[in-house]
Amino acid sequence: MRPYKLTYKRYGERAILIEWPPQIDENILEDIINFKNKIVNYNIKVIVDVINTYNSLTIIYYTTIDNIYNEILTLKSIYKEVAALEQENNYCWYIPVCYDEYFGHDLKEVSAKNKLPIDEIIALHSSPLYTVFFIGFLPGFLYLGGLPKRLNLKRRSTPRLLVEKGSVGIGGAQTGVYSMQSAGGWNIIGKSPIPFFDVSKENPCFAKAGDKIKFVPISLREFKKIEVEIAIDFYKIKNQIIND
Amino acid sequence: MIKVLSSGFFNTIQDLGRFGYGELGVPVSGAMDMFSTNLANSILKNDANDAVLEITLGKTKLLIDEQTVISITGADFSPKINGVNVPLNTALIIQKGDILTFHNARYGVRCYLAVKGGFQTDIVLGSRSFYKDLTTQNNIKKNDKLPINLFSNNKKKTFSSVKINSIHFSSNTIEVYTGPEYDLLSDSQKDQFSDVLFTISKENSRMGYRLNEHIENDLGSLLTSCVLPGTVQLTPSGKIIILMRDCQVTGGYPRILQLTENAINKLAQKSTGDTFKFKIVSLD
Repeated sequence: MRPYKLTYKRYGERAILIEWPPQIDENILEDIINFKNKIVNYNIKVIVDVINTYNSLTIIYYTTIDNIYNEILTLKSIYKEVAALEQENNYCWYIPVCYDEYFGHDLKEVSAKNKLPIDEIIALHSSPLYTVFFIGFLPGFLYLGGLPKRLNLKRRSTPRLLVEKGSVGIGGAQTGVYSMQSAGGWNIIGKSPIPFFDVSKENPCFAKAGDKIKFVPISLREFKKIEVEIAIDFYKIKNQIIND
Repeated sequence: MIKVLSSGFFNTIQDLGRFGYGELGVPVSGAMDMFSTNLANSILKNDANDAVLEITLGKTKLLIDEQTVISITGADFSPKINGVNVPLNTALIIQKGDILTFHNARYGVRCYLAVKGGFQTDIVLGSRSFYKDLTTQNNIKKNDKLPINLFSNNKKKTFSSVKINSIHFSSNTIEVYTGPEYDLLSDSQKDQFSDVLFTISKENSRMGYRLNEHIENDLGSLLTSCVLPGTVQLTPSGKIIILMRDCQVTGGYPRILQLTENAINKLAQKSTGDTFKFKIVSLD
């Protein structure tokens, strides 16, 4: 399977876009993250951001790229290199979610449209180990793969102007947690008290591409308790190293 | 310190932007018109990344409670110090207690106020640029106090003045490169992008500008991928969106064109109802 056939495109004056086949696939993700880590390890000063999505890496330079051909050649040779020995650990994060209708504004609608009792929606949504593919849309918004097919439901025809921070939603074949208050069209089935982005932390978002997420159902009462523990900086998110 | 006696339509502190946090979903932000921002800082011999005040569509009153030197660039909002007209694009000596006002626009949409040493508001993730939910404020409000440094060695001679080219404000040509999905367009769609005189809709902000014109389109959405300030997206319903400095880091619409850095700066000086044409240029 590997190495994949990649395409390299110039993207404006200061960026190069590298694309893999357009699929949501964990093997592709692994290849992208390996390449990304190698580029970051090279510590090329003029590169300010390396951003991955499902099937792409965008490499953003501080100033105009003078010689695009040389730059692409360099990147191609980095791709061919053997991966660096030191790999960062990947974690599974256990994220409490309250699926009470108090937060899950669209639970009834999802139940009717997908012909599933609410109990079963909760059981299905909290059973998989979701994979973090990348972070985008909002600071700390994780794009997760692994939503069970029976929970797939297209976005609401009219997006809400205000979705609360922490809301857990389903949009098509994707699920995720709104890391900040925002407008949004996903079907809201619950809420997590966990902050997914905190500027006061050295690492503002605990998760990264390649990590796993497991949602843990909690009651309204537990939600309030965790909320207080977070406010006094007492709560620690449960996690586990998952490296091979 | 500068005290805000009244704040206009939308005023923010901006610098060159927030780099290195894109993989966490953090937008770059930074001054909409980087050309005018660089000018304002270079007149004062500031660092390029010193923070400036971005004033959108005038009507702002500031009490400058510190001896300093300032410069005003970008849009002309008929600035006055203590009621007396002052020129743009030059260093202006300020005495403690001076009142600086901005009024109706003669030309342009965004004006930049630089102070010697830059505004000293909080640095969040390496930048002072305001952004909702990251910085404590999202725009400047009446009675805000903006920290600045005292600068008393204010001999005007030490600073430069510049003449600016009015094309930056008057030109209705927006230079673009072809974007990653340009080749998915039909020939007739490509012609439309080059030929149509586009109009900026009332939905325009630091995040993006929507255009009034539609382009018939049967391209669907993409697998979500990276987008940049200056990316021109075509939605499945044929709407055209030009992303600006506060845009998200990812998006799912085809990326048809990419504005040059200078074209982003020019577009930042245009607003609702202004018209322009795209001109495709080549980098290689």
